[in-house]
Amino acid sequence: MSELAITVIGPDRPGIVADVAEALAEVGANLTDSTMTRLRGHFAMTLICVGPSGPEAEAALAPVVADGPLVATVRQVGAEATSTPIGEPYLMSVHGADRLGIVSALTRVLAETGGNLTDLTTRLSGPLYVLLAEVELPPGTAEGLAERLAEAAARLDVEVTLRRADSDML
Amino acid sequence: MTAGQDCGLGDWTTAVLGDRGGVRSVLTAPVGVLSRAGEQVDPLADDVVRLAADLVATMRVSPGCVGLAAPQVGVGARVFAVDVTGHPKTLTSHGTFVLCNAEVVEASRWRLGREGCMSVPDLTGDVKRASRVVVQAVLPGTGAAVRLVTDGFEARALQHEIDHCLGRLFLDRVAGAHAVYQRKVYL
Repeated sequence: MSELAITVIGPDRPGIVADVAEALAEVGANLTDSTMTRLRGHFAMTLICVGPSGPEAEAALAPVVADGPLVATVRQVGAEATSTPIGEPYLMSVHGADRLGIVSALTRVLAETGGNLTDLTTRLSGPLYVLLAEVELPPGTAEGLAERLAEAAARLDVEVTLRRADSDML
Repeated sequence: MTAGQDCGLGDWTTAVLGDRGGVRSVLTAPVGVLSRAGEQVDPLADDVVRLAADLVATMRVSPGCVGLAAPQVGVGARVFAVDVTGHPKTLTSHGTFVLCNAEVVEASRWRLGREGCMSVPDLTGDVKRASRVVVQAVLPGTGAAVRLVTDGFEARALQHEIDHCLGRLFLDRVAGAHAVYQRKVYL
């Protein structure tokens, strides 16, 4: 069955999830994986669903976005990509003064090591920028990666730590 | 003394620190001193005793504050104050005390818990900490060596403050990409 990738984003208000979920339910869309969160006052939904065709889902969402500031996109995507873990789970914490290029520089170092990001959040809190990333690393690369991250972090004047993620987390 | 025995603070109280201490301003991240390991200190040095008194005084006037480390007031030294008395999560408590050159020598019973920090005022995070620790340190003003055995919230506070003295914030230990939260309650 084909899957749809849907995003909805707009200024936060009560009822966005209910409106979107209801519209999709009416055309038989079954929501599978999703993240829905508030980003600096904007509410952002990213979800995968199965059931309706792309045009059906777009038509269902049209009334929800018609007179408001919400923006929705619907895209048909292939069946679930099989992604087997490439290695061991690690957590990277970064914090420091906000400046341009922190995410790009550090994620480039991760990518060059063959690390695969599986989850990443950033938060700007006053002058403090915080980046938290969960990454799978090829076996045996963590030590060298930690050194290269420390070098990149020093150039950005931010702090970075890389540590093994608990696999037995409650 | 057996390995797991608490030798307590003996007759040490904050009165050992002499004057009442002054309130210092608490720095917030990002600032370099919070990310640098503090220096070992001489627990009998006048400036260390004064710093200890100031940490207690500053902790006392800060609502909800159960611990304060020297880097948070801009001093790169391994000194911190703790007082978890009366906190609802407290099990064992040693009252108000200040430790110098403290280190965790035993840690067990790891648990996730939510913690905040005066130096990261708008965020909290889920951090895995030992809920039972043995800490060795020396006391300011007397230089006496202590070995504290504690648990629960006091154990968490000690690990948080010892981390400060090593240049670590709770942000360096949070449990996952979604384990940091905008603070909802300010005391």
